[in-house]
Amino acid sequence: MKRKAPRNWMQVLIFMILLILSLPIIVGYIWLFISTFSKITHGFIPVDENGHIGGFTLQNWTFLKKPEVWIATGNTLIMALTMTIGIVLISALAGYALSRIKFAGRKSFLSLTLVLHAFPSVTLLIAIYFVLRFFAKIPILETFMGYNTIGGVVFVSLAMMLPLGIWLMKGFFDNVSWDVERAALIDGCSRARTFWKIMFPQVRPGIAALGIFSFMTGWSSFIIPYTFLSGGAKHEVISMYLNTMIHSDTNSINYNVLAAVGLFQLIPILIFYFFNQKHLMNIFSGGTHGGV
Amino acid sequence: MKKGKRVNVAYWFILPAAIIVVIYFFLPVILTLGISFTNMSSVTGFSAWKFTGFENYLKIFQHPDAANIFASTMIYVALTLCIFNVGIGLLVSILAYHLPKRVGGFFKSLWLLPRITPTVVYVLMWTMLAADAPYGVINSIFKVPFGLSTSNLIPAHAMLFCVLVNGYIGASFGMIIFSSAIESISKDIMTSSLVDGAGFFNRARYIIIPQLRWPLLFVTTYQTLSLLTSFEYIMLLTDGNYKTNVWSLWAYHTALNNYYGNFRYGFGSALSAILVVVGIVFAVIYLKFFKFNDLVKEPLIDEM
Repeated sequence: MKRKAPRNWMQVLIFMILLILSLPIIVGYIWLFISTFSKITHGFIPVDENGHIGGFTLQNWTFLKKPEVWIATGNTLIMALTMTIGIVLISALAGYALSRIKFAGRKSFLSLTLVLHAFPSVTLLIAIYFVLRFFAKIPILETFMGYNTIGGVVFVSLAMMLPLGIWLMKGFFDNVSWDVERAALIDGCSRARTFWKIMFPQVRPGIAALGIFSFMTGWSSFIIPYTFLSGGAKHEVISMYLNTMIHSDTNSINYNVLAAVGLFQLIPILIFYFFNQKHLMNIFSGGTHGGV
Repeated sequence: MKKGKRVNVAYWFILPAAIIVVIYFFLPVILTLGISFTNMSSVTGFSAWKFTGFENYLKIFQHPDAANIFASTMIYVALTLCIFNVGIGLLVSILAYHLPKRVGGFFKSLWLLPRITPTVVYVLMWTMLAADAPYGVINSIFKVPFGLSTSNLIPAHAMLFCVLVNGYIGASFGMIIFSSAIESISKDIMTSSLVDGAGFFNRARYIIIPQLRWPLLFVTTYQTLSLLTSFEYIMLLTDGNYKTNVWSLWAYHTALNNYYGNFRYGFGSALSAILVVVGIVFAVIYLKFFKFNDLVKEPLIDEM
């Protein structure tokens, strides 16, 4: 009984320390939320034009009426979706082969994947620019993987996440029991068929984890589209749209509108995050690529 | 006969991944090194360039900004790594472990939030925390009530904010790895340390941290590399102004995104080639020390 009191006191102390450390995060998101629904915010406090408390408004969200926002949203969605499908499919195929099939070069491909996973691919942006420029000169490839195409951005983003994807999928395939697959193979099922009909459904948690993470990455990505898309509004994604707003005219930035656009981009991510935290932890403990 | 067929199948499975790796990793690495030996820029165009040997590298060493940028890169990496990615990452995971599961879990999710928030939105949030009164949160809550003078905090404390912005993202990586390592410490040891009368600090010092030597090494190596090469957040926050230009941002600005309109591909490539080499060295070290042996076990099914 005597021991319990100091331990509870300790827990309160620990809680307080954590709370203080987390303050910037908490404060930041609260600000983001409050300011999207206020005319002006002074710190946390929503005010109206005269500086009185109040000024609740929905007018920050009128940006939703602009067609370019929806073009950007559409582009972002297409980019994130195609990227996700590509990463999941290609990583699952490679991960399966690396996990289950013996072949010459398996060891080197595995170590390569791991090196690439650790290797900071952002440093290659300059050279990738040349690769995309090169594709832009080839008749058919130019439209779907050249410079200044959504496809080009999808392929680059996909490539940068591939080492993580392969590594992760291999891990999930490693954990599937051998019996089912053995039985299928002995019964004369081909490898490809076994993969589709038997193995693919078994690694659903892995596919979910990788898929969710890829979608979130694609939806949020900034540096790759910003570098490789330059065709104006037609080829814009939300993060670029937001960035253009921030840097457009320094005198008349309306932070509350910015916050609203920011929240608009953040909402899908938060929904995904809320429902899939467990899956995402799988990804992060496997190690993210790049990012600090 | 059967064996030969199997081998073919494996290559079909690997093929799409292999093509992408060749196009977006191998080729770019070779290109980066190649271009770094040329004077290619938007002035010489894609055709009129010529090889200039080590001239770009020489230029880097003689460049008046090189020393400063190198220094700010080191300061930025060292501070972010020590204070946040390792320090606070470890602190949060230990503290959260000592709270009831739900509360600890809440904090862990909270710390993951910056990582999943879109870059531009996250940086916008920090810009607004730091903005001048009456809009900025820090100024209007902590300075105005006390009659202190206010200003936009980012120009005045640019490096601090670069460290904070990156640190609050970086800490979550260490936090998750350390947390799972702490969870996996045998419960017997944890409980017996309590029975023996170890307090919170002694337990952290003598039981938890020694067990975390390997994850600590992993996080340090891995995050050093990430911090050296990533520049997105710094670009959005200060764009390298106020003495926060780091090496990778310098390379990016030189080659792909500058105000002068003269994109110097050759010089930029030389800058990033240095990072490429550092990256490869780190990656190989990383491969040698971590997990590799677990990964290359032969697949069981072919042993049957």
